[in-house]
Amino acid sequence: MSIWEYANPKKFMQTSAWALPWVTGLAAITLVAGLVWGFFFTPEAANFGTTVKIIYIHVPSAMMAINIWVMMLVTSLIWLIRRHHVSALAAKAAAPVGLVMTLIALFTGAIWGQPMWGTWWEWDPRLTSFLILGLFYLGYIALWQAIDNPDTAADLTGVLCLVGSVFALLSRYAVNFWNQGLHQGASLSVDKQENVSDVYWYPLLLCITGFILLFIMLVLTRTRTEVRLRRLKALEARERLA
Amino acid sequence: MIALLARDLRLAVRAGGGFGLSLAFFLIVTVLVPFGVGPEGGTLARIAPGILWVGALLACLLSLDRIYALDFEDGSLDLLATAPIPMEAVVSVKALAHWLTTGLPLVLAAPVFGVLLHLPGPAFVWLVLSLGVGTPALSVLGAFGAALTVGLKRGGLLLSLLVLPLYMPTLIFGAELIARGASGGATTTPLLMLAGITAATVALVPFAAAAAIRVNLR
Repeated sequence: MSIWEYANPKKFMQTSAWALPWVTGLAAITLVAGLVWGFFFTPEAANFGTTVKIIYIHVPSAMMAINIWVMMLVTSLIWLIRRHHVSALAAKAAAPVGLVMTLIALFTGAIWGQPMWGTWWEWDPRLTSFLILGLFYLGYIALWQAIDNPDTAADLTGVLCLVGSVFALLSRYAVNFWNQGLHQGASLSVDKQENVSDVYWYPLLLCITGFILLFIMLVLTRTRTEVRLRRLKALEARERLA
Repeated sequence: MIALLARDLRLAVRAGGGFGLSLAFFLIVTVLVPFGVGPEGGTLARIAPGILWVGALLACLLSLDRIYALDFEDGSLDLLATAPIPMEAVVSVKALAHWLTTGLPLVLAAPVFGVLLHLPGPAFVWLVLSLGVGTPALSVLGAFGAALTVGLKRGGLLLSLLVLPLYMPTLIFGAELIARGASGGATTTPLLMLAGITAATVALVPFAAAAAIRVNLR
């Protein structure tokens, strides 16, 4: 039993068809539980008032936006090295989800920033690098859509993903140099040194888990759609030959 | 490789449209900005580094799609792919030719445009230095973007969407270098970062570009 078995589309479709309802259910439960807990059963923070509750959407979506790009990087590498089609399709399926996560993080941040910082937008390093990440997602998606041949598209977007990763990271630190930050530092860490208090921490953990599950569910669904689209094209090609 | 370089340069100069056009575009951008923000010397001097760099980026972007497009259409790119020199070398030479025909004229003409924007005196050295160090990275990254979109019919807009985010770090350090030079700040860090980005892109990006071209020629 190895992960490479799922490179076989048939195997992938079987397993994902089995797993999808479970992931969906779990995602729904954790998200509802985490958000309800976070929104209605946590105290208001001393300095922030009710606005603190936006953290339950903002932090998970921002984390996912970054991690989805990393996931695309890994799946692109697998495609470029081992030529597994499911891997390339998973990268394609993940990109729009990542873009939406980036937008959610930016918008919730703006909504929070307006009462707290007195501005919707500030050219702060974190905000700016997120905007740049969003641009990279846009370019990636646009390149997928522009190329007809699926293998060519997978190859080129894979290369773009590799180069883009380097430059997204570079931009992240370049903007640090360029402007001083307004955004607070990390409020989560595994080694509890600089952590939010437990009251917020547990519902937040639940929300993050919910977002991860939501992402897995979306990517599985979208990858299944892509695999089916690919099969449909193959069938049409066969019809035309026959 | 030298023959290829000479051929690309000759084509750029003689075919018309490419050579000098980006320079004229750079001029137009520089002239338009004062109309947009008003003619006050103080404002212009403060935004001049950014405007000059953004103008250079756009002027560079304008001529990117012709790096391979004509060669792809008439089949020369296929011949180059089967030639004894590796694709990476072809890409590097083409990027070099692009830099010689767009980047270098921009670097040389930039001080004149600096005068138009009231750039303060001490900044001129840094302007030439920062454009000179930074623009090779623009050409190489542009060659990568053009390699990705070479097979597409209307790749122009897509090309800018792909390439401009890659230009971000170069722009940040390049403009910062001039701004610091103008105000007499410490210039070593941005200069070294800019040089580092250029060196790394010139060394590594041709491999990615060559891979993209091979895919497109398949």
